[in-house]
Amino acid sequence: MAATAPFRWREPSVLPGFGLALGLTLTALSLVVLIPLAALFLKAASAGPADIWAIMTSPRTLAALRLSFLGALFAASINAIFGLILAWVLVRYEFPGRRLIDAAVDLPFALPTAVAGIALAAIYAPNGWVGSLLAPFDIRIAYTPLGVMVALIFIGLPFVVRTVQPVLEELQDDVEEAAALLGASRLRTIFTVILPPVLPALLTGFVLAFARAVGEYGSVIFIAGNVPMVSEIAPLLIVIKLEQFDYAGAAVVATLMLLISFALILSVNLIQARARRRFGDV
Amino acid sequence: MSDAALPLKTNDLATRRDDRRVRGESVAVQILLIGLSLAFLLLFLLLPLITVFVEAGARGWEAYKAAIFEPDAVAAIRLTLLVAAVAVPFNIVVGIAAAWAIAKFEFRGKNLLISLIDLPFSVSPVISGLVFVLLFGAQGYFGAWLKAHDVQIIFALPGLILATVFVTFPFVARELIPHMQSLGSADEEAALTLGASPWRTFFSITLPNVKWSLFYGVLLCNARAMGEFGAVAVVSGKIRGLTNTMPLHVEILYNEYMGAAAFAVASLLAGLALVTLALKTLLEWRFGDAIAASRRH
Repeated sequence: MAATAPFRWREPSVLPGFGLALGLTLTALSLVVLIPLAALFLKAASAGPADIWAIMTSPRTLAALRLSFLGALFAASINAIFGLILAWVLVRYEFPGRRLIDAAVDLPFALPTAVAGIALAAIYAPNGWVGSLLAPFDIRIAYTPLGVMVALIFIGLPFVVRTVQPVLEELQDDVEEAAALLGASRLRTIFTVILPPVLPALLTGFVLAFARAVGEYGSVIFIAGNVPMVSEIAPLLIVIKLEQFDYAGAAVVATLMLLISFALILSVNLIQARARRRFGDV
Repeated sequence: MSDAALPLKTNDLATRRDDRRVRGESVAVQILLIGLSLAFLLLFLLLPLITVFVEAGARGWEAYKAAIFEPDAVAAIRLTLLVAAVAVPFNIVVGIAAAWAIAKFEFRGKNLLISLIDLPFSVSPVISGLVFVLLFGAQGYFGAWLKAHDVQIIFALPGLILATVFVTFPFVARELIPHMQSLGSADEEAALTLGASPWRTFFSITLPNVKWSLFYGVLLCNARAMGEFGAVAVVSGKIRGLTNTMPLHVEILYNEYMGAAAFAVASLLAGLALVTLALKTLLEWRFGDAIAASRRH
């Protein structure tokens, strides 16, 4: 069809309002999102190569980026494991309170991050409900990098559950039954029959949780302790640079963060597309 | 395992139990997995929520009331409502327009447009505020011009609104697009053929068709708008009584070691979150078909 039809920007339609709707969307998108983001890149670029390099490679910047990205990686991995188990339990098992728990999974989406932040700090502080239990073993969570992980796990949990759950719901029982009746052990059935089609959704959930965790600010800063080089996350470093009116420095760190996350998200999307070709649509 | 190879009639209760033996886990494994899930949720979700209300009530009812009706807290509540009252309707209008263009028409660059609309989701909240400081701050690109014309955006209401609109931009559109796509445009075409005006078609056909997914999107958009912290923290300047929203007020109180007051204000936001969750769950149960499509990404 594409070969015979002449090139056109849009297919003809009897419905009205295309120009108005698209115009409004593009105007709002440009004013609110695209131009401001362009200003960020422009500001970062205006710092000049030498300054950009100096900001990028300063030990404090590197430490903050390392904590944000490795912390997000760790938290997203924990979320992938427990999110998968949780989705499985919610889809497959019947137990009292299942629907309530299903609804509660979305709490991190709904609870403002500052509220989550002060609550987590209170719980995991040395005199808090959980912190005081760990204190005798000399384990400290709040005000250490571990505290950062706790907050990031909280914030990323729903992403994995909500992407994996619909795929588990749609799995056909007969394939599993066939595997079992043909003599496969339950573990073998899980790893060779159930998990492969779930894997792309799990990866999507992992990436969503990771992307959210990298940029997370509100729930982290209360529990992190914010010690430079130790428990200072990249978004906080941006805020600190802004408070010192170091606009260029803030813009460079922000641009670096955005570029690394976009590159990671893009590469996982490419892996996804490849997996989809192999295993069919998710 | 092999003794379970019975004829499988799924409607029969007895064979269902056998069926579970074929494709389910043993009871011990089930209990283990359920226990593990519950423990994880208790530690990471339930405990924080309980803490908010317990700490809020720690000093008693009078202290709770005092913390909420204190003038700075009232100003913060007002400001939060005001920001949401501007940002949410803006995103409703733009979200509906975007969904109309994307769901009802075929055009080039559509996938790019969808990705750009989703872009704010992958930008750190702090960066969402930073971009506006770079544009409108004292040393920003338009800073000098704004100062000359006596317009203040950063450390003032317009900045708070802009930052909030940025972070909540995708919510309405991304709920509406899949739903409107699945509905197609036959209803609208019929209405137009029968002589209805374009606006009438929109208001009496399209809008009623998608009202529940619209409501769902607005619900999530509003929760984020009222609870946003990072983006508004950067543009607000945190002037008490003037540019302090509720989440920022919580932060200030907490940092001043006024824990009970911080948790009292936080409990209002937690209450909002619970109402949001309850409505969201209700919508998913009653109108799951309309909203189901949107839960898939």
